[in-house]
Amino acid sequence: MTKQIIVPFGPQHPVLPEPIHLDLVLEDERVIDAVPSIGYIHRGFEKLVEKREFTEYTYIAERTCGICSFIHGATYCQAIEQIMNIEVPERAQYLRVIWSEYSRLHSHLLWLGLFADAFGFENLFMGAWRIRERVLDVLEQTTGGRVIQGSAKIGGVRRDISGEKLDAMVKDLDILDREMKDLTTVFLEDESVKHRLRNVGILSREDAYHLGAVGPTARGSGAAFDLRMTGYGAYDRLNFQLVTDSCGDCYSRCLVRAKELFTSTDLIRQAAKKIPDGPIDVKVTGAPNGEFFMRAEQPRGELVHYVKGNGTKFLARSRIRTPTLTNIPPLVKILQGCELADVPVIVLSIDPCISCTER
Amino acid sequence: MMLPPQSITPIEVGRLVGNVERFRNEGYRLVQIGCTKVADHYEINYCFDKDYMFEVLRITVTADTEVPSITGMYWGAFIYENEMHDLFGIQVKGMNIDFKGTLIKTRVKFPFSQAAEKVATPKPAPAKAEPKKEEAP
Amino acid sequence: MVFFEMTKTALKSVLSKPATILYPFEPAKKTDLSRGHVVFDGSKCISCGICMKKCPAQAILVTKEAKTWQIDRFRCIVCNSCVDTCPAKCLSMDTQYTAPVSVKGVEVFTITYVKPVKPPADKAGAAGE
Ligand code: SF4
Ligand code: SF4
Repeated sequence: MTKQIIVPFGPQHPVLPEPIHLDLVLEDERVIDAVPSIGYIHRGFEKLVEKREFTEYTYIAERTCGICSFIHGATYCQAIEQIMNIEVPERAQYLRVIWSEYSRLHSHLLWLGLFADAFGFENLFMGAWRIRERVLDVLEQTTGGRVIQGSAKIGGVRRDISGEKLDAMVKDLDILDREMKDLTTVFLEDESVKHRLRNVGILSREDAYHLGAVGPTARGSGAAFDLRMTGYGAYDRLNFQLVTDSCGDCYSRCLVRAKELFTSTDLIRQAAKKIPDGPIDVKVTGAPNGEFFMRAEQPRGELVHYVKGNGTKFLARSRIRTPTLTNIPPLVKILQGCELADVPVIVLSIDPCISCTER
Repeated sequence: MMLPPQSITPIEVGRLVGNVERFRNEGYRLVQIGCTKVADHYEINYCFDKDYMFEVLRITVTADTEVPSITGMYWGAFIYENEMHDLFGIQVKGMNIDFKGTLIKTRVKFPFSQAAEKVATPKPAPAKAEPKKEEAP
Repeated sequence: MVFFEMTKTALKSVLSKPATILYPFEPAKKTDLSRGHVVFDGSKCISCGICMKKCPAQAILVTKEAKTWQIDRFRCIVCNSCVDTCPAKCLSMDTQYTAPVSVKGVEVFTITYVKPVKPPADKAGAAGE
């Protein structure tokens, strides 16, 4: 029997912008087991509900994540709206879809960049982030924040987008589409990239489904579910196709995200065409009494905001189950049996967002 | 659009494993396990999903009840169960990977099982300095 | 087999203008809606304390007696909540980000608003600046 050694990976590691620690049990170069540990930056957001009124908690919920922030805020608002039976105006629902999809674009482009960096393609990394800047500009012009949009509120949205601005945004999408096409071709066609990603870190459909993988990690393995299909917000009035792939390796996960970019731009176009005129918010009175599990699709997968109100201004409980938390067990499974040199790429391929995980 | 209301099935702790096994056999996936403190007991919600059908099982326990682990059916559940143990102090028996309270290390032990007052939040300090001249806006 | 797919983009980048700006020699990008920092207008504030209650970061402290309004810019998360809820409209959001400083501290402003009272003669003289 070969000798086993333990190599610590993280919490500070060049490929990881955020702290997660993995103890890798190695036999020669092969990883036998991986033991994750988190908890380096736990912030206790869920505890804060007892001290902040539920309306202000929107801002805190939004700051759970620095990348998919808008979707966090909107999902929390939707949970409260469900409990309080608030009918959100149509226009607000469409605006939420538009901002959610821009967030998705920005998150996926960010990830593609980081992923390129992880397999050592610096130039591609810069290219992805240059395109992402376009998306961030639109977000800042329409909401006032580059990454923390802060435009969702209970009962609607806080800002409107004018008709001209929407037209300009749609026109810009064509340029964006063209640039993203060039970018994703490199990811999906270039032989050196393919060579690095194909057959690395395979997750079977069975494992993905039962270990609780969500989002592109699950869809890359052929487990086809996307919470947008449940039609929350205005998604039931828009058409889109699920992107899935069956191989379950790093390349598949990359492919799913790359193709989802175009789904997002398409959704924005549809929403911009269908968006009705009207008010953007309704007045909210009273306090929530009841509970609801609101599920939404984040760039990283399914997000659950559980809210329990007790009829006062302070909620009894808010639980945020972020996609990365549930993607950790599949990650551990993928790592078992891989090569040490592949670990950084595999860890990044699930798009870990540790700050999200440690609400 | 309002979403349909969700059904929550309260069950006893003893019947948890059997029920979860049924979900597993029917092909549900585990969405999450979450704990809530209500007065002096805890509610634990087990959420499952199959083709967007959402099911919730709920058990109600006290701080010293031993909750059976469901990692036998859902291997990935260890992350939620350890979290539940570290934040609420719920005793979970038979986890496949037991971090023994080191998954989330907190200064206060089991912070979520205490009332909010005990976990202090700093208040803004009252102004001690002389009010300085107002700056031009 | 596709090799050197990146060459096209790389060549284009060499020939085009840089995508970045030479900050701080060129000003950073900002838009009309950018949330930079909260600006307080002491002449309109009615010391109601709503901003203090509605601030999710507990960055604001309004002292009625001392007539001061103070903000801890290090706590402030620039969420715009106070600006939205202030009934007297004395808060506004500037697009300029807070300048970096080397010591932590709070900024204290004086509330100079005077309630228009029926006989304004002596009271206004005492409280105004
Ligand atoms: S912007 Fe937000 S965080 Fe800052 S002082 Fe106002 S309410 Fe508080
Ligand atoms: S700033 Fe506005 S909200 Fe705050 S105390 Fe003054 S009037 Fe009230």
